Amino acid sequence: MQKRETAHRMTKTQKKLWIGLIIMALISPLGIVVPELFNSGDAWGEWGTETLHKLLGYIPEGLRKYADFWKAPVPDYILGGEESSMTIKVISYITSGLVGILAVTLVIYLISKVVIKNGK
Amino acid sequence: MHIPDGYLSPQTYVPLFGASLVCWSIGLKKIKRELSTKQVPYLAMAAVFSFLIMMFNIPIPGGTTGHAAGAGIIAVLLGPWTAVIAVSVVLIIQALIFGDGGITAIGANCFNIAVVMPFVAFWVFNLIKGKSRDPKRLSLAAFFSGYASLTVSAIFVAIQLGIQPLIARSSSGTPLYAPYPLSVALPVMALEHLLLFSIVEGVVTLLLFKYFMKNEPELIYAETGNGT
Repeated sequence: MQKRETAHRMTKTQKKLWIGLIIMALISPLGIVVPELFNSGDAWGEWGTETLHKLLGYIPEGLRKYADFWKAPVPDYILGGEESSMTIKVISYITSGLVGILAVTLVIYLISKVVIKNGK
Repeated sequence: MHIPDGYLSPQTYVPLFGASLVCWSIGLKKIKRELSTKQVPYLAMAAVFSFLIMMFNIPIPGGTTGHAAGAGIIAVLLGPWTAVIAVSVVLIIQALIFGDGGITAIGANCFNIAVVMPFVAFWVFNLIKGKSRDPKRLSLAAFFSGYASLTVSAIFVAIQLGIQPLIARSSSGTPLYAPYPLSVALPVMALEHLLLFSIVEGVVTLLLFKYFMKNEPELIYAETGNGT
């Protein structure tokens, strides 16, 4: 995860923080399990077209046109979508958290490398 | 708070893309000037933290969900412009890989969560802190920087959603995009954040601030005199 030439030895605090972040990814399924316990649905203003149809009795035309034009590889952090079993959801969530850690770190290091190297 | 595709008219998302582009270019310049390679791991950790905290959906029983975003504490620790870049990277990855937030709405979402939120947090933190070094005052500043920043960010989202029925309607008069007017969007978004989600953001901001005050005080941007 670390680029050798840019990484000074990881400090103790940094190591602790990374461990904390990995723990966050491992317990991230709380973010779907807890709302389910409380019978809570989507965030306000983030409904899918089906939910909107239930709420309004119609799907706004422009919204319908744009809503699904991007097919994300892992929609809503869940492989197999909303109908998957809870086990699949939990596993997908943890995996998404870990993939997120890798993807975000990679992009930040790439940007930093380009920007900071040229700058100094 | 991640606006999906289809909720915003082009008249809304195009200008917001422009605004975010301007902020990205300023943010990258600032990073180039101010950030040292020693701080890069913190930049990465900050962005990762923001990504993960947004996965923790907080329920309103029988209602909607929401979440903290972490952009406030990043602004306090690493500076608002650094937060712009860190959180924008997160939002773009969320949109592309996880479909969390629309592609057409990347500009809007980055503006609301990665620009408005860090700057409100930084401003509120400095406003409450003043010249004081009193730990209680600093804690108060940290809590409210999180609390206010998420709330203001949510209000920006509510305004963008709420003006859609005014901007575009079909020939039969129904809204083309986000269907609820300002009179619904504003109170719902403001209240659910004021009463729950922003409190969580405030507590998270406070706890992390205290942790860094104790362990890495020299890191804190808003405390080391870099702050304005």
